[in-house]
Amino acid sequence: MSYRLLAGLPAPTAISLAEHIELHGDVPLPSRTDRSAYIAEVERAGLRGRGGAGFPTSVKLAAVAERRRPMVVVNGVESEPMSSKDRVLLELVPHLVLDGAIVAARISGSRDCVIAAPAVTHPGLRRAIAERRELRKGHLQLKLAATAPGYVAGEETALLSHLEGRGPLPRLTPPRPAERGLRGRPTLVQNVETLAQLALIARHGADWFRSEGSGSRPGTTLVTISGAVQRPGVYEVPTGIPLPLLLSHAGGQSEPTRALLVGGYFGAWVDGTGEGLTLDDDSLRTAGAAGGAGIVVALGQSSCPVAETARLAAWLAVQSARQCGPCVHGLQALADLLIRVASGRAVTGDRQRLDRWTAMIRGRGACAHPDGATRMIASAARVFDRELADHARQGPCSSCQGIPILSTPSTRTAMAA
Amino acid sequence: MALWYSTRATGALSLVLLTASVVLGAVDVTRWSSPRAPRFVIDAIHRTTSLLVVAFVLVHVITAVLDSFAAIRLMDAVIPFASRYRPVWLGLGAVAFDLVLAIVATSLLRGRLGMRAWRAIHWLAYASWPVALVHGLGTGSDVRPGWMLWLSLVCIAAVAAAVLVRAASAAAPTRAFAGTAAALVVSGIGLLAWVPSGPLASGWSEKSGTPKKLLGGTSSARNSHAQQQRTTAPHRGASTR
Amino acid sequence: MSTQRQTSAQRVVVDPIACTGHGMCAELFPEWIGLDDWGYPIVQDGDLPDGLRRHAERAVKACPALALKLQRR
Repeated sequence: MSYRLLAGLPAPTAISLAEHIELHGDVPLPSRTDRSAYIAEVERAGLRGRGGAGFPTSVKLAAVAERRRPMVVVNGVESEPMSSKDRVLLELVPHLVLDGAIVAARISGSRDCVIAAPAVTHPGLRRAIAERRELRKGHLQLKLAATAPGYVAGEETALLSHLEGRGPLPRLTPPRPAERGLRGRPTLVQNVETLAQLALIARHGADWFRSEGSGSRPGTTLVTISGAVQRPGVYEVPTGIPLPLLLSHAGGQSEPTRALLVGGYFGAWVDGTGEGLTLDDDSLRTAGAAGGAGIVVALGQSSCPVAETARLAAWLAVQSARQCGPCVHGLQALADLLIRVASGRAVTGDRQRLDRWTAMIRGRGACAHPDGATRMIASAARVFDRELADHARQGPCSSCQGIPILSTPSTRTAMAA
Repeated sequence: MALWYSTRATGALSLVLLTASVVLGAVDVTRWSSPRAPRFVIDAIHRTTSLLVVAFVLVHVITAVLDSFAAIRLMDAVIPFASRYRPVWLGLGAVAFDLVLAIVATSLLRGRLGMRAWRAIHWLAYASWPVALVHGLGTGSDVRPGWMLWLSLVCIAAVAAAVLVRAASAAAPTRAFAGTAAALVVSGIGLLAWVPSGPLASGWSEKSGTPKKLLGGTSSARNSHAQQQRTTAPHRGASTR
Repeated sequence: MSTQRQTSAQRVVVDPIACTGHGMCAELFPEWIGLDDWGYPIVQDGDLPDGLRRHAERAVKACPALALKLQRR
């Protein structure tokens, strides 16, 4: 498969505008009359958001295009600690991202665009923006914004709340951002990678896009592969790729794999190297997982899955925006339970409590944070059943004190007002 | 005399009811409930006592107005400090009543106002109570007879306790608790400093602006009983009973 | 407050951000609303039967946080 998003990489510095045009051609600039044709093409391509939720992009575009004074927000927050794909795009192929923003703005009829990206990417982005004539002409007002720390900061309504100066707090939907978004304006919020894909669909069409990948999310996708693999990094792969094949892209396992965490911290654990599963929603659903943002972490035999899960659950509890009771209390209760089990201090009924609580808090928050955390915990209970029972009986194992695989950065928690 | 007794009684009762409402409101944060008093019952009691405060204050006001012995007009109940009879102390009563009316009105219209506006006004409850208390001590001419004083003390103790409980459950409990306790001590000292030389001293009614003709001088039988208490020197008027 | 007799279906929803777990809704409307292990409401999905609408409206009015709402489907 030839690279699309990552064409021209690896490279020591960002792809220049000249190189970018040589690789991909000029960016199409849809006019007002072209809009519905472009939206139809995006629908035919089956492009779905690459930020985790996987929402059909054409639906978002159509929803915003019919409203007054829409705007575009490029979501480059990438709050998943184990993900680097958006960072790679912003730093190394900024022109593809800018193309996507321009195309999305034209299709939706937006004159304003905000790119929310980590501050460290801003100098490079500014340079790239300065090179673009279309942006200098003033049809599109483009602003850069810094991102807020914290796991929920990348959620689209939390991002909007942060851009409004109210802190990264998710809002209850409906109304969705396409209806009422940034400061009440209809807002198209799209992940960096989704816009990059859009930029290529606008050039090459739906059939070209669908020529790679399979299943419910066609095309290619970027996956950050880390953990017990020889060459951790960001890889561009066709969707629907078998999970074990994904690992060989990254040089294969560096030690026997106990399990994979697929879809980030709100994804799920799957056994071993994911034999029999493919990077596709329908396939992953059979294992209780979802595609999520393209993130795969390989947990090797030398790591302790119970310690990792307990630590991750505790971190996810702290990362709650603290707006909704079930999330605040439920995730903490689950984290405390897992820590108890990990240190051999399990209480009778803990297993039943875990099942009960994961079902109890699902779907009862304003955002999907409790849903994701409970999905991850429920999958751990399934896949690590044996290790959990061992720890409950005998306490910590020899691997518990090993080097942590899952990154749990301390961030100042978003305090609810 | 019946009117004057009614004014006094409804005034005292209003203070008790307001105390009850403020206490229930303050300790709501503890979410206390029992099988026989579930949360919705406690909440209903809070709302009902507040409405009763309005009802009894209305009677309190009407009897005071009808009692032509003192020149009180209906509007003095809501427009503070404009009366000819004890303008300051009566005025405080009007302030307290205005606050209570605002709180009750916004609560009834809460659905339309939204939580933020409602909460901002509702905090004034903590202002309405001390103002009502001081009004009672200052206007009421019979603080010296034991029962009103004891009643006031009980109300003060109840609100002080409730407010401390509320402060202890705040986001920064130690700081809020210490701050509240300090404020209570300061106000307590203030009250202790004022009351003996104020309402409890002889000639209080004279000093607070009671028209001279209402003090010792008129021989009207209707006034003589009330008069006795106002002008008699240090003596806990047990004769009111 | 909607008291008109509507024939369109209604659902009971709780705003999880406004809700602070007072629990009065569950006390007043146990047929439809339960409490989780931390005192927060678990509201049934689905259309509200006409016979229960009165209880639902009472619970909505009683919520101290204005978090409970009746929504037309």
